[in-house]
Amino acid sequence: MNENDRTLHHPNDVTRKMSEVGEDSALVQALENFRLSVHAWSEAVYSNPRSIGAPASHRRTWKLAVTWALGCVLAAGLAAGGFEERQHRIEMAKIAAQRDAERQRQMAEERAREAEDLLAKVDSDVSREVPNAMEPLAQLMAEDESR
Amino acid sequence: MATAEESAAQEFAQVVTNHRMQIFRFLLASTRDVDLAETMTQECFLKAHRNWASFRGESTAMTWLMRIAINLQKDHWRNRRLQFWRQTRTNSVDSDEAGEWLPSGESSPEKQLLAREQVGRVWESVKGLSERQRTVFLLRYVEELEIAEIGRATGLSEGTVKAHLSRALGRVRAELGEKR
Repeated sequence: MNENDRTLHHPNDVTRKMSEVGEDSALVQALENFRLSVHAWSEAVYSNPRSIGAPASHRRTWKLAVTWALGCVLAAGLAAGGFEERQHRIEMAKIAAQRDAERQRQMAEERAREAEDLLAKVDSDVSREVPNAMEPLAQLMAEDESR
Repeated sequence: MATAEESAAQEFAQVVTNHRMQIFRFLLASTRDVDLAETMTQECFLKAHRNWASFRGESTAMTWLMRIAINLQKDHWRNRRLQFWRQTRTNSVDSDEAGEWLPSGESSPEKQLLAREQVGRVWESVKGLSERQRTVFLLRYVEELEIAEIGRATGLSEGTVKAHLSRALGRVRAELGEKR
């Protein structure tokens, strides 16, 4: 006997099952429907196992790929954002340093100018306001210069 | 002239052709996981091929293959312990989805609907069975093996097979009865 024949529905099966399940026709019907359902399912899957199995693995692969892609984009975004932020900070620091240097230069120039002015003022004051006791000497100096 | 090896290979190829579908169906119904059933079917025939020389024909090839398939399933269960069903439930087809599979018969839409509902309820009962009860139930009511054959395939006595079947049927009956 071909053993595959077992999967076919023998006419005696219903009678045998009826005796096995205690004459419960609803149960026999349910068991028969269950058998046919499992056969239909397995035949559908068996005849095209790749198309049933493949989408599941494809789905998994795609999910993994998308997760990786999103992860990479996020990481790249964070890295780019971080780099830009760092560049921005460096630029700002450079500008601030330049401003400081300029301010210090201007202050130094101003201080030098003030010192020069002060010296000039001292010179002119000294030259103009000669004490009375020194007046004859100053006259002599003036005469010498005229000669 | 074909050598003994060639002849054995041809014989085995014929066994694969004849029984692959049935073994796959049993494993699919047991696990409700297409990928797992496919992998286990391949493992089953690989084991059978390795041990083909030791097969003495004391039982039919089908019973011998079914015994290997049952042992593989048991090993899987043992290795995964309780995680087996947990994982199977996440990877596998839901019983509602499995119940959607009905042969395109001539019956009316009402009958189809009733059949779908019945199948769903049987799946629900099968989920609640112990591993041994489930195996015996599927071998009897899906593969339609005789009690003696089930005994040989599972290594159980006929009395034990009948006891497991009775408990499994009780569960199915109760599940169907709730709806009536």
